[in-house]
Amino acid sequence: MQNKVYHRIEQITGSVIVVQADDVINGELAYVDSTHGTSLAQVIRLENENVFLQVFAGGRGVGTDSKVRFLGKTMQVPFSENLLGRVFTGSGAPRDNGPVITENMIDIGGPSVNPAKRIIPRNMVRTGIPMIDVFNTLVESQKLPIFSVAGEPYNELLAQIALQAEVDVIILGGMGLKHDDYLFFRDKLDESGALSRSVMFVHTASDPTVECLLVPDIALAVAEKYALEDKRVLVLLTDMTNFADSMKEVAITMEQIPSNRGYPGDLYSQLAARYEKAVDFEGSGSITILAVTTMPGDDVTHPVPDNTGYITEGQFYLKNGRIEPFGSLSRLKQQVNDKTREDHRTIMDTMIQLYASFKETLEKQSMGFRMSEWDSKLLKYGERFENEMMTITVNLPLESALDAGWQRYCIKADR
Amino acid sequence: MSENIGKITGVNGNLLKVKFEKPVIQNEVAYACVGDLKLKAEVIRIRGNSAELQVFEDTVGVKVGDPVEFSGDLLSVELGPGLLTQIFDGLQNPLPALAKECGFFLQRGTYLKPLPRDTKWVYTPKLNVGDTVTAGDTIGTIPEGMFNHRVMVPFKLRGKWTVEKVTPAGEYTVEEVVAVLKDDKGNTVDATIMQIWPVKMPIACYSERMRPTDSMATKLRTIDTFFPIAKGGTFCVPGPFGAGKTVLQQIMSRNAEVDIVIIAACGERAGEVVETLREFPELIDPRTGKSLMDRTIIICNTSSMPVAAREASVYTGVTLAEYYRQMGLDVLLLADSTSRWAQALREMSGRLEEIPGEEAFPAYLESVIASFYERGGIVRLNDGTTGSVTIGGTVSPAGGNFEEPVTQATLKVVGAFHGLSRARSDARRYPAIDPLESWSKYPSIVDADNVATARKLLLAGSEVGQMMKVVGEEGTSIDDFVTYLKSEYVDSTYLQQNAFDVTDSSCSIDRQEYVFGKLLKLLNTKMKFDSQDDARSFFQKLAQTCKDWNVTAYKSDEFKQTEEQMTQMLAEVSDYAE
Repeated sequence: MQNKVYHRIEQITGSVIVVQADDVINGELAYVDSTHGTSLAQVIRLENENVFLQVFAGGRGVGTDSKVRFLGKTMQVPFSENLLGRVFTGSGAPRDNGPVITENMIDIGGPSVNPAKRIIPRNMVRTGIPMIDVFNTLVESQKLPIFSVAGEPYNELLAQIALQAEVDVIILGGMGLKHDDYLFFRDKLDESGALSRSVMFVHTASDPTVECLLVPDIALAVAEKYALEDKRVLVLLTDMTNFADSMKEVAITMEQIPSNRGYPGDLYSQLAARYEKAVDFEGSGSITILAVTTMPGDDVTHPVPDNTGYITEGQFYLKNGRIEPFGSLSRLKQQVNDKTREDHRTIMDTMIQLYASFKETLEKQSMGFRMSEWDSKLLKYGERFENEMMTITVNLPLESALDAGWQRYCIKADR
Repeated sequence: MSENIGKITGVNGNLLKVKFEKPVIQNEVAYACVGDLKLKAEVIRIRGNSAELQVFEDTVGVKVGDPVEFSGDLLSVELGPGLLTQIFDGLQNPLPALAKECGFFLQRGTYLKPLPRDTKWVYTPKLNVGDTVTAGDTIGTIPEGMFNHRVMVPFKLRGKWTVEKVTPAGEYTVEEVVAVLKDDKGNTVDATIMQIWPVKMPIACYSERMRPTDSMATKLRTIDTFFPIAKGGTFCVPGPFGAGKTVLQQIMSRNAEVDIVIIAACGERAGEVVETLREFPELIDPRTGKSLMDRTIIICNTSSMPVAAREASVYTGVTLAEYYRQMGLDVLLLADSTSRWAQALREMSGRLEEIPGEEAFPAYLESVIASFYERGGIVRLNDGTTGSVTIGGTVSPAGGNFEEPVTQATLKVVGAFHGLSRARSDARRYPAIDPLESWSKYPSIVDADNVATARKLLLAGSEVGQMMKVVGEEGTSIDDFVTYLKSEYVDSTYLQQNAFDVTDSSCSIDRQEYVFGKLLKLLNTKMKFDSQDDARSFFQKLAQTCKDWNVTAYKSDEFKQTEEQMTQMLAEVSDYAE
């Protein structure tokens, strides 16, 4: 490994520093020493002998005489069985007290899958959450965002899915997580034993912004390797809006021209490059992505949810602690919900129609109309539906949920 | 191998700065050499002895001082037999062949020949020695699937040429020289079966461009009757996410009455392309009895593939379309989505540090969009036959707001606008084409006055609907209420179409004319009802019967029976008082 060391830093703006060096490749990593320790940095631009580096830990504390040591390689992440049960930072350093893993390094942000090699999705991912399994079935290789507002229990929902989902490996990518939330995830997965089939890459809100940008790439690179080893991988990302905001922050520091509400013009391509990693490898494993996207001000036309909606195959709306059945949509559910049980579609439609009528009845009730017998039945139905089906903490296999639909709801309500 | 070699002096994302010594050409293709890899790039700006290149691949690993080979050619595509049924990326790399070579992933720096070099084609010459020809004239023909593929005089030749030598009939590969041509100055040119053409230049080897007047049937009632598309026309389909743009394009690519369909999936989900890819070979085109794939070319540069190649992909698509038009065929190009293409322009413009226009799109956005759609058209070829390129582009406006630059720039240059509305798709009224906002400048398959009558009723009905939200049903007069019900009836039985029903999803022109005639009669009938409830239940019943009618085979016994039933129902409520 060639270790070229440079001592003179020409420019420091935000987290970007400029040194004069030669023989540096685009995307190369370097170590930058500052008064607060050593940080990784990555080459993001070359101009004649000027090399622009993005310092992962930020520019704070970097001096004009700080040492920059190029590593001669691009960003990589280790991949081995030993990753399971471990927690890492956005740059791949251990966050738990475990040993550093350096074996079998793989590149991140690899090439995209040849569309000619993709196949039509065909397997459902069971999550044990009726609002997903019954009404908007998650399908292997699907990419779905969870649209919600700050304050909604989206992390609880993700944790619940991580515990219950019938997959081989879970990769959790946390971006801008509150430290409490990180601990919540770790403890929750640990308690239930699900940690042993999970890998966590966590960037907390107090960590350097740049590391936030690396989380999806690292998480998906590892996921891809597992998938190629015949594993069914579920990637949970939270929260993609933080990722987009970090991108905005870095783009503005780099003096890029903003396009919409300050976000860089390539927001769509950047998000798509990550989401499109979801794939079903023919004859091997698959990657399914569930990503929380918080909507600032509950506004779905905000650039982040808007661009996300164009990329993903449907969306889950989390509202008032429940997955809203009306706004939510899994575009791929038709591919699988005719193969689960023959009454799946019928029950799904009936229950939703009844729930819609319940909503109308509620409106009628609030306006003071007289309630018919049918109306009071609907009210009872709606209440039970909300409590027993819509709560996100419920763990009900698809078949039991369908049975419950038959026995308790449809028949009673029809009588 | 080109001798013109430059040196990289800067890297910014996929933009390279290159110092050169020998002359370079604007928009010429160059290859950046990174170790053993050669990354394809295009010259997009030249300043002094420094050229700026956009690279069609990821630039990780490139360093200052790396050599760049300039090729001297503009970004081009190969034209010849073997294009149909293929799946290409934006730079015309054949994806199935790439998959064979590289496996699951697209390896950067791997470029394959678009046309297979070892396939032998049955060639029949059409020229004799001594004939005088101009660019675009037929040299010979080759059967390609169900079409007679014309081998043509190279499009780039100017003036008149004399045939010196012709190759006899036989089986040849695409690189075979099939004619030697000589001009009056004594220059000779070898014409091969295949030719190469730069994508950003329109092929203009025709005698005149005509006005698009003939309808191109899509078998969608809303479009053919209300907002028709003409052969050689252009149209756009803007809509928010989830409104069904892609589904609408898929239906069109199946049903459209044209010879060849080219689908340019530009910056959209790979999953959507996969559906087409896997389903088309199994679907039978009712017009030809052959697989739909036999008339289809897919250009596929999905959202995670390199952005610069996304920009090239729409041009690749339209150039292939023009090539088949030169054979006297009707070609439909569907581009999904032009917004992603515009975003690719924006990304590049940002890296070039150009002064931004609205929403940071480059100031030349409008002219670029206009010149793209202008490549559509119907033309009379040199031999008197006609061929057409119809272009339809979807637009994905940010936030579903049609006021944004790409939608507005597109609306200025297209001949038909099919605006999709979120409200309609939420109400499951498919196709979600908004009947009040959309428009078309092309003639409909039915009489213009009748269409106007129906549209006026739709508008009146919607106004009554709005009013009713305020004053309630009680405050609405029975006449207004019937107008409202009539407009809802038109919507539910004529505008809406069940994409999952084999019969309803493709409604032939004959049938549309017939059904629309019936519908018109109903709209012009004065009706008498005692109460609003009576009116409502009548229309509900009628609508249900009409929906059943829509799914019966045209002119079948069942069709006639249901029709009779509807006529009777109508007779019962008709008011003959006047």
